[in-house]
Parts: sequence; C-alpha cells; structure tokens
Amino acid sequence: MPASRPLRDIAVVAFAQTDHLRTTDELSEVEMLMPVLHQVLDRTGLKTSDIGFTCSGSSDYLAGRAFSFTMALDGVGAWPPISESHVEMDGAWALYEAWTKLLTGEADTALVYAYGKSSPGSVRDVLTRQLDPYYVAPLWPDSVALAALQAQALIDAGDTDEPALAAVATRSRVSAADNSHAQLRGSVPRGDYAVRPLRTGDCPPIGDGAAAVILAAGERARDLCERPAWIRGIDHRIEAHGLGVRDLTDSPSSRLAAERAGAFERPVDTAELHASFSSQEVVLRKALRLDDSVDVNPSGGPLAANPIMAAGLIRIGEAAARIHRGDSDRALAHATSGPCLQQNLVAVLEGDPR
Amino acid sequence: MSKEPVAVVGIGQTKHVAARRDVSIAGLVREAAQRALEDAELTWADIDAVVIGKAPDFFEGVMMPELYLADALGAVGKPMLRVHTAGSVGGSTALVATNLIAGRVHGTVLTLAFEKQSESNAMWGLSLPIPFQQPLLAGAGGFFAPHVRAYMRRTGAPDGVGSLVAYKDRRNALKNPYAHLHEHDITLEKVQASPMLWDPIRYSETCPSSDGACAMILTDRAGAARSPRPPAWMHGGAMRSEPTLFAGKDFVSPQAGKDCAADVYRQAGIADPRREIDAVEMYVPFSWYEPMWLENLGFAAEGEGWKLTESGVTELDGDLPVNMSGGVLSTNPIGASGMIRFAEAALQVRGQAGEHQVDGARRVLGHAYGGGSQFFSMWLVGATPPTS
Repeated sequence: MPASRPLRDIAVVAFAQTDHLRTTDELSEVEMLMPVLHQVLDRTGLKTSDIGFTCSGSSDYLAGRAFSFTMALDGVGAWPPISESHVEMDGAWALYEAWTKLLTGEADTALVYAYGKSSPGSVRDVLTRQLDPYYVAPLWPDSVALAALQAQALIDAGDTDEPALAAVATRSRVSAADNSHAQLRGSVPRGDYAVRPLRTGDCPPIGDGAAAVILAAGERARDLCERPAWIRGIDHRIEAHGLGVRDLTDSPSSRLAAERAGAFERPVDTAELHASFSSQEVVLRKALRLDDSVDVNPSGGPLAANPIMAAGLIRIGEAAARIHRGDSDRALAHATSGPCLQQNLVAVLEGDPR
Repeated sequence: MSKEPVAVVGIGQTKHVAARRDVSIAGLVREAAQRALEDAELTWADIDAVVIGKAPDFFEGVMMPELYLADALGAVGKPMLRVHTAGSVGGSTALVATNLIAGRVHGTVLTLAFEKQSESNAMWGLSLPIPFQQPLLAGAGGFFAPHVRAYMRRTGAPDGVGSLVAYKDRRNALKNPYAHLHEHDITLEKVQASPMLWDPIRYSETCPSSDGACAMILTDRAGAARSPRPPAWMHGGAMRSEPTLFAGKDFVSPQAGKDCAADVYRQAGIADPRREIDAVEMYVPFSWYEPMWLENLGFAAEGEGWKLTESGVTELDGDLPVNMSGGVLSTNPIGASGMIRFAEAALQVRGQAGEHQVDGARRVLGHAYGGGSQFFSMWLVGATPPTS
C-alpha cells in the first residue's frame, strides 16, 4: 500500500516543554501550562489571536475531575473566541487532529498542547481504569505489571535479556544528561525489581509536565522558522485491547503506521520513541526497523521524563527540535497509548536539504 | 486548494433509555455502529478510520474507553481518535471525522458518540470539588438557571415560555421511535405543575439521563455516489471556544456561539438564516435555551427569541421547526447528544426522519454546546452537494 502523501506541506515550527518534576504541588495545571504556551508563542512571534486552530490532549482521570481541560483553556487566553478542540489522548493525537485541520485549508497555523500531573494520585492504579471495565479492570492489574508481562514475553522469545534491558535504560539516562528538562539525568542504578523481570531502572519516572508545539503550513512555516521540521507523513493505528489476542513481542500497529507515514522509504537518522519501559524499546526497534545507525531517544526518552498525556507530543517536539537545530535531517517520532503499546502513532519529520 | 466534499450516508442510533442493562458499553456502541453501516449498506471493511467521542470518562468510570472499545467498533488495524469537548463533544467528534475526509486523509469514516449514564451518576460526576475554582453547583441545572433568569430579565419574556418548549419537545419525541422519554399523557398543565428544581427551571423542563449511542458514516464524493439512499451533504461546520469565566462573558448569548454560527453560515453561503434554513436541531438541555439559542444563532433579533417560540414558529408544523426529534429535553446520553443533533439534521435533509420529518427540509442546522456555555460546534447539512 502506498504511503499517504499530504496535500499540503505542514511543519512543526516551534516546541516548548516544562522541566518535568516528580511533584508540582504548588502549581495548578493552568499555572504549569502557561509558561510553556508563552515560550512556544514567543519562539514564533505569534499571539493567541494569530493562531488558526488550537488543539490539546489531557486526561480527566489524571486531574481527578470531569472537564478538567476547560480550565486549561483559560491559560490559552481564548478571547476573542478561538477555533479549538480537545482529544482525551496524548497530545500527539491532538497534533494529528491539528494536522488534518490544516490539510483542509481552514487554518494555516495551529497551537497544540498537552499536560499531565501524575503526582496527586497513584498512576499505577489510575491506569488500570483504562482496561476492559467488566472483566479486567476489577482485578486492578497495574501498568508496571502489564509491562512486565510484555518484557517476560520478549525474554522468553529470545528477543532480549535483563542486561540488554539495563543497557537501554542506562543509555537513555546518560543521553538525558544533556536535557535540562529531563526528570532523571545521568546514570541511574538498575534498582530492585519493580515487577520481575523489570527493575525500577527499566520503568519511567512518575512526574508532572506539559509541552506545546506550533504547526504551520507552506510558506507560513518558512516565515516562522529558519529550518521547519516538515511532517512528511503521520499515521496512527490501534490494536485489539485484550492482551490475550496480541503478540506482545511485536507491534504491528507501529509497523503499519510507520509504513503509512513513509518511514521505510528512506532511512531516518533519529528516532524519538515513546517507550515508557526499556522492554518497549526492544519491541519498537524491531517493528520500526531501527538499527544501530539511528540515534534513538537522544533526549533521554520517557525513561528520563514521562509526563503522561504529554510524553508522546514531546517525542514529536524533540524530533522537530533536532531538525530545527540542524542535528537531524530525517527523524521518526512515535507516540503510544494503552496497555503494552496498544495504540501507536508515527510521524516522519524532515528538514530542508542542506 | 479545495476541500473534498463530505456526505453523510449512514446513520444509526440506539433506542435511548434510562438504563440499558442488557448490553455492555461495547454492546451499546456496536449496536449504533451496526445500524449506521446497514443504513449505508457498507461493512466494517469499508471503514478507513473511527472517530469516537463522549463526555467525561467519569460518567462510566472508564479512562479513555476508546482503548477498550477498539474491538467492538471494528477499529483494530485502523486509526482511532477520541474527542472530548464537554457537552459539545458529539458535534465536535463529527467535525473531526469530517476533516479526515475534507483533508483527503481517508475516504470513509465511522464516527460515533455515546454515553451509558446508568453505569454511574452524572450529577456527581460533574460535581467533583476543586479548591479555589467555581464548582458546577450540584449538576448542570444549578449552573445554568441563573443565566436563564438573566435572559428573562433582559428580554421581559413571560414565565411560561420554558414550559411551551418542553411541551413541544416531549410531543415531538412521541413521533421519534429512538427518543428516551415517550410521555403519551403529556399536557402543558402537567409541565407547568411539575416541581421547581432550580428556579425558574421545572422538573419537566430538564433533560433526562439516558443510555445511548449515535453513529454516522461519512464519506467523500466517490463514496456518496455509491450510496443506496440520499446522502446529506455538509455545507459548513465550525467549532468555537471561549473561557469559562471572565468579567466580559455574556452567559446569555456567548460570543463563541455567535462566531461559530457566523462561520458556518459563511461557509454555506447563508445570508439570512431565518429564511434560508428550514429546520434546526439545537442543544436544549433546559427548555429556556431554545429562545436563548434562537437569538444566539441569528434566527431572531436580540430579545425576540421567546416571541418565535410563543407564536408557534418552532413547532413541528411551524415555519422554523426546532428539535423535531424531541431534542435533548427528551433524550440525553450527554456525550452522544451533540451527535444526535447533527445526525437528526442529516436525517431531515435525507427525507428519512419518519413521523417527525419536516416536509421539504433542504437545509438543516445541527448545533451543540458544552462546558459553561463555552464550547460550540455546529454543522449545516443540505440535500444537494455544496456548489463551491
């Protein structure tokens, strides 16, 4: 099947994120988000009123209340009224919605943001509420236990072993030493077992954070950014929910999304993967055909900072920022949702030839 | 660059009721989706992507239920997006699905919205306290009643207008087999005598809590050409948002609603909505919102909306029928209510609204709103393809 080609060139032209922290008790979600919105707008010189479409991603379950995103909108400054929407998903999917809006030609610029505060509750318990509400959720299997199931399946299949997983974690956190926004930086010990075979070092930190991106179409993108990160393709796919009907050692939805996004047409030099557990990087490297020539998670990835609902958008933002800086010419960004990589999004970003 | 025209070729709803104890959430959404596919004479294999919406996850107690619902909606191996824009979500969900086609990302998309309110308690789902922020005052009625009162003061509308709306919508619901409330013995006197809940809103002037789902199959020009039944064509669609609370906010007639309608009319080439639009399905969860939205949407001058209602213009056989299906006042699975408005508008221009069909309905507006009257989504559908 040929990869879908967008009818209009659309690029990420700016990216901003918070410093990701274990707790932000002193900040409301709006207060956490505001500086990021200001930074991303400042980077382009745009004002809220210049933006053609706004879209956000967040979760009521993290916030602990219904309609939690309505207050975040106050931080955007939606007056006069704006064209705006929200997905109850990671911000990467908000970016996808904004991308489709720009494709229709109804807007030339879009502001995308996402945020999540995991600190007020027990994120392991909260995420169990994503599961089949009748048969699975009542058993409260938590996110680390489910990831451990996947990790064990990989080890049993001979795809990895515990030292290899530790190497993934170490490499990520060493890379994060250069990322001032990361929550965990520099070397971190492997730690004790969280749930066998995963040690604490294989698991992401729990933390709070926000991110924002600005998209622009065509010449508008060149006006706003010296080296725009053009979205050459973007696609996302979902798999069955039940873990029993999936091969946990593979990610067919990632592969299909990558194919549709054109990721396999030419090699990428960078990949930002939303692999929250070291074992998930093993699955994704295989599905996305990433060999050792690719710089995987130079930001440190989710093992260094994993603000739920924003972590996927941050992957796109980090990949785009590398293109903006000239550190990458063609990058793959990946986001995921659901237990054990159920739903996956892949974007391919490119800078203009040099 | 021109957008791909978008057509509605399949519509499916569940029979909305207080509690669907016979099906799971997955069973409920599957039923509506299956009916939409049957209407379009398509199969699951014909669907390229699924866009699903509902109001807060707390209403069923499932976080991001699209993950669990992927199998039931035939989405495995496909893109699936989950929209949430408070009460306007049903409309916004349809518009997000529309963009996938208009932007030529996909050819045929299933869009669906649902709420299974019996799984939880919507009143308390909306009343979780947050320090230092305006609470929703024990459910939505407590929030909206003062704004209705403000409307009455501002316009001098007589006390009985709200009851007229409720009486009309509940009678219209009797003609709609999918409507939740079928009050065969309804009289105006019964509405007027019902208990006062949030003055001036009476019990019979409020929406019920429903279980229900609504689905639509949207497609491009090629898909519409293969449609076995007349398609409804989208002529305009828009979303607008404004902050919940600020000093300059007009809760009676929010600017975001006016701007959203103006954008839709501009796209559809409508200069005079009162004359050029044949019928309206609008989001009226409390009866007084009919006259309020008539003004906000430009069907009546400011202060004049209640006169249209009082004179019978908005009756099913009136000059501008409003909520032919019985509206939100008769059926309110919150997350689906906006999409039901959009779908009912499409049913009308397809000539498939059955007993509540408006003769000669060619252009019909579907309207939804949410949050503290801050999120709006609307579309205008027509019986013929858009010309521009």
